[in-house]
Amino acid sequence: MTAKPHNRYTNSVLIFLDKEPSQLMPRLRTPILTALALITLAVAAAAERGTDGELKMLYWQAPSILNPYLSGGTKDIHAASLILEPLARYDEHGNMVAWLAAEIPTLDNGGVASDLKSITWKLRDDVVWSDGTPFTAHDVAFTAAYCLDPSGGCASLASFQGVGSVAAVDDHAVRIDFDVPMPFPYAAFVGSVMPILQQRQFENCMGARAPECTDENFAPIGTGPFKVADFRPNDVVRYVVNENFRDPDLPAFSSVLLKGGGDAVSSARAVLVTGEFDYGWNLQVEPEILQDMERAGKGEVVTAFGTLVERLVVNQTNPDAKLGDARSTYQDGANPHPFLSDSAVTRALSLAIDRDILVEAGYGPAGQVTCNVLPAPAVYASTANDWCLTQDIEFANRILDDAGWERGRGGIRAKDGVRLSILYQTSTNSVRQGTQALIKQMWREIGVDTELRNINASVFFGSDPASPDTYQKFYADIQMYTNNFDGTDPQAYMAGWVCDKIPGPGNQWNGSNISRYCNPEFDALAAEFAETAGIEKRAAIARRMNDLLIADGALIPLIHRGEIAARSLSLGGMRHNAWDATLWNIHEWHRIK
Amino acid sequence: MLRYAIRRLLFAIPTLLAISFVVFALLDLAPGDPTAQLPLTIPPETRELIRQSLGLGQPFPVRYVRWLEQFLANEPLNLVEVLFGIEIGDSEGRLRVSSWATRSPVVDLIAQRLPQTMTVVGVSYLVAILIAVPVGVFSAYRQYSVFDQVGTFITMVGFSVPTFFTGTVLIVIFSGLLGWLPSIYDTTHRVTDLASFGYQLKQMAMPVMVLALFSAAQISRFTRSAVLDTLHQEYVRTARAKGLSEPLVIFVHVLRNSMIPVVTVIALGIPTTFAGAIITEQIFRINGVGALLIGAIEGADIPTVQTVTFIFAGLIVFFNLIADLLYGMLDPRIRYD
Repeated sequence: MTAKPHNRYTNSVLIFLDKEPSQLMPRLRTPILTALALITLAVAAAAERGTDGELKMLYWQAPSILNPYLSGGTKDIHAASLILEPLARYDEHGNMVAWLAAEIPTLDNGGVASDLKSITWKLRDDVVWSDGTPFTAHDVAFTAAYCLDPSGGCASLASFQGVGSVAAVDDHAVRIDFDVPMPFPYAAFVGSVMPILQQRQFENCMGARAPECTDENFAPIGTGPFKVADFRPNDVVRYVVNENFRDPDLPAFSSVLLKGGGDAVSSARAVLVTGEFDYGWNLQVEPEILQDMERAGKGEVVTAFGTLVERLVVNQTNPDAKLGDARSTYQDGANPHPFLSDSAVTRALSLAIDRDILVEAGYGPAGQVTCNVLPAPAVYASTANDWCLTQDIEFANRILDDAGWERGRGGIRAKDGVRLSILYQTSTNSVRQGTQALIKQMWREIGVDTELRNINASVFFGSDPASPDTYQKFYADIQMYTNNFDGTDPQAYMAGWVCDKIPGPGNQWNGSNISRYCNPEFDALAAEFAETAGIEKRAAIARRMNDLLIADGALIPLIHRGEIAARSLSLGGMRHNAWDATLWNIHEWHRIK
Repeated sequence: MLRYAIRRLLFAIPTLLAISFVVFALLDLAPGDPTAQLPLTIPPETRELIRQSLGLGQPFPVRYVRWLEQFLANEPLNLVEVLFGIEIGDSEGRLRVSSWATRSPVVDLIAQRLPQTMTVVGVSYLVAILIAVPVGVFSAYRQYSVFDQVGTFITMVGFSVPTFFTGTVLIVIFSGLLGWLPSIYDTTHRVTDLASFGYQLKQMAMPVMVLALFSAAQISRFTRSAVLDTLHQEYVRTARAKGLSEPLVIFVHVLRNSMIPVVTVIALGIPTTFAGAIITEQIFRINGVGALLIGAIEGADIPTVQTVTFIFAGLIVFFNLIADLLYGMLDPRIRYD
C-alpha cells in the first residue's frame, strides 16, 4: 500500500496547487497559476500578527510537562512543539524542511562529510529566544549534553545512537561527529521529539537535577511562535504570541488554549457538534459515531498517514506454561513455537483475514489495509506481499492441507498431536476487542481455534519485569498492537528485529524484537542497511527486510493507521501531519473569515 | 469535650499510619507502569533508564520510608516556610513528594486544584443541603401526600442513576440540543465583572446540578425519616396539646431533635463528595482533585495516587471526629467526659 498524505482539509488554494500543473487545461494554465500566485501574495500580505483571537484546542490526554525530553509522551511533545523547535522538521509529505537550520546539510552542499562520519548544521542567524537573547550553536550542543546525561532519564536518548560528540563550530554552526559512518545522519535534532533547549535556562538542570527544575520544565523558553502564559499540569496550557518570533507577521492567533482531559468521544463532540473548540486531537472513535457528529456541520474529521501499523506479532518461541522460566525465551532455535514457526501456518492465517472488514468496523477513514510492516514513505513500501490484501479462505485451507495439517476433532486442524489452537492477546480497547472477535471468526473457517485475552494497557505496555502480562514477556501465541517510528528513516526501526534485540531474562526483557525472530540473512541485511547510502539502495534493502519478516511469519500486518483529528470549519492553514507533531505549522494557522 | 477531642486526635495518628502503609503497599503491588503510556518508538533500554530516574530501582521499604519522610516531614516544613516566608534548614535540598508525570511536587498540584473542587463540589453540596432539608421535612410532615410521592420518586432516581449518566444527558440536552451551557469547564476563566460572573454561573450550572441531585437525594431521605421519627414522639404531642402554633412545633421541637442524624450524614458526606467528584470532574473537564486522581491512576503516576488517597483518608478521619463533636453540641444529653 502506498500512503498518500491526505490533503482535503487544506484550503482550496492548496488543493488546486496539489494537482500537477499539466492536469489543468494547458491554455488556462498560465493565467490560473498567475491568479493563484496573486491570491497567495494577497493572503500573505493581509496576514498580521495576533489578529485572529484565541485558538482553542482539545487534547483528551492533558499535557503533564512541557519539556519533551523528560516525558516522551505524545501529548507533552505536541504541547511543547508550540514553544520549542528543532533544527529541521518533516512536512506533511514526509519531506525534511530546515527549521532553525539555514538549510538541510547534504553530501552535495558539504554539510555531510564524505566519509559519512560527521554532519555540520548551519543555523539561521535571525533567530532569538523568546526572552530576546540570540539562539546559537552552543544551545544545540548543550541540548545534546543535557539528553546524553545518563541519570536524567532522557526519552530521546536513542536518537543519539552512534553520536560521538556534538560541538559548536562557531555561533551559527554545530557539528555532530559519529563513531561509525552514518548513511542517514538526521536522527538528532530533527522532528518535534528533539527540540533545542536554551542553555541559559537549563544549565543547572543537568542529569539527576533535571526533574527538580519544575519552573523550567513548566515554562521552557523557546524560539517558537508562542510562549507559555499559564500552565496547569494535567489540565490546561495557555500560550500567548512570542513577540520575538522571527516572522513579524505570524502567528495569526494571539493566544492558544490547549485544554486537556476527558475522553475521545466528548472531544469529538466539542469540535464537531457544539463547536466550542477549534481542534480535537487523536480521536480514536468508532467511525459511525464520527460520521454522525460530522453531520452537525460545525467541523470535519481529518486524517494523515505516517508509519503506524496495527499488526499481529507472531511468537517464534514456545510460550507453553509448562516450560516455566523458559517459556517465550529464545534459546538459539532450541525452543521453537510448535506450529507458528511453520510459515505455511502464518501465511494461511494472514490469508484468512478480511482486512477490509476490520477497517470498516473499527477504523473508517483512519485505516487502510496493508500487508507491510513498513508501509511508508512510498519509496520503502514493498509490493511483494500484496497477496494478503484480499481474503482467500479456500487458498488458505489448501495451504494448510498441503502442509499436512489435517482437520480433526471439532474441525480444528492438527499435525503430530499439535492442535492449531492460538492464544491471542492485546490491550483493552473496544476497537481492538472488536478486531479480535472478527479475526477469531475468520480463523475458525480455516480450522484454527482461537482463545482471546485482553490486558489493561498500563500493564500490557508497562515494562515491569515482574509482571507476566507485558507485551515484552509475550506469554501468548499471537498479540496485537500498533507501532511506528519517528521521522522517515526506518533504519533503526527495521534493525529492531535482529537476533540481539530479542527480549529475555538476560536483558530484563528489554528488547524490541518481540516476535523473537532470528534469521542470519535478516541480520546481514540490517548490517548492510547501516552502511549503505543513497535512498534507492537503502529503500531496496528496507523492502527486502520487510518482505523477509512477512515471508517468515514473524509479523502479520493488518491495518495502516492514520492519525485522526477534528478541526472546526473556520480553522485555516492547518496541514495535518503524521510525520511530525500535528501542530508543526501552527504559526500558519488562521481564522477563515 | 476538649480532652475527648485531643484523645481522638491522638488516636488518629496510628490509624493514619496504618492507612498510609496499606495505601502505599497496595498501590505499589498493583500492576501498572509509568512508562506504559509512552509511545513504543521509545526503545526498551531508554524506558529502563527512565524507570531508574524515577527511583523505581530501590526496594520497597526504602521507598516507603522515604515517601513517609517526604510527606509527613518535608511537606509540612515546606508549607510552614511558604506561609511564613521563612527558611528552615536546608530547604533547597529537601526532597518533596514528586509526581512521575509532571516531575513537580504533588502537594503543589493539589493546592492548584483545590479551589476548583471547593467551588464546584462545595457549592453543589450547599445547594444539595438547601434543597434536601426543606424537602425532607415537608415530605415527612405531609406523609403520603402528592408532594411526598413525587419527592420520593425524584430522590430515588437521583440516588440510583449514576453521575456519569446524568452528566452526559445534561450535556446532550443543554450543550448539544439547546446550546445554552458550555459542556467544558473553562478552568482559566477569571471572575472580574458581572458578565464574567454570569459565565462562571453558566459553566458551573451543570456539574453543580449533577452533584447536587445525587447528594440531595441521599440527604433528603435521611431528613424525611428522621423527621418522621420525631413527629411521633410524646413531646411533640405535648407541645401541640399545649396549644403551640404549628410552625413553632415543627421548627423548634421537631427540627432541632431530628437534625442529629442528619448533621452526622452531612458531615460524613463532605469527604465522600470529593470522591463523587472524580467522575463528574472528568465529564466536565474540571481540573479538581478528583480529576487529578483519576488521571494519575490512568498514567500509573503512583506518588500522586498515594498522596491524594492518603489525603482523602485523612479527611474521612477528620470529618468523623467533627461529626462526633457536633453530636455533643446538638444533643446536650451526650457527654464525652
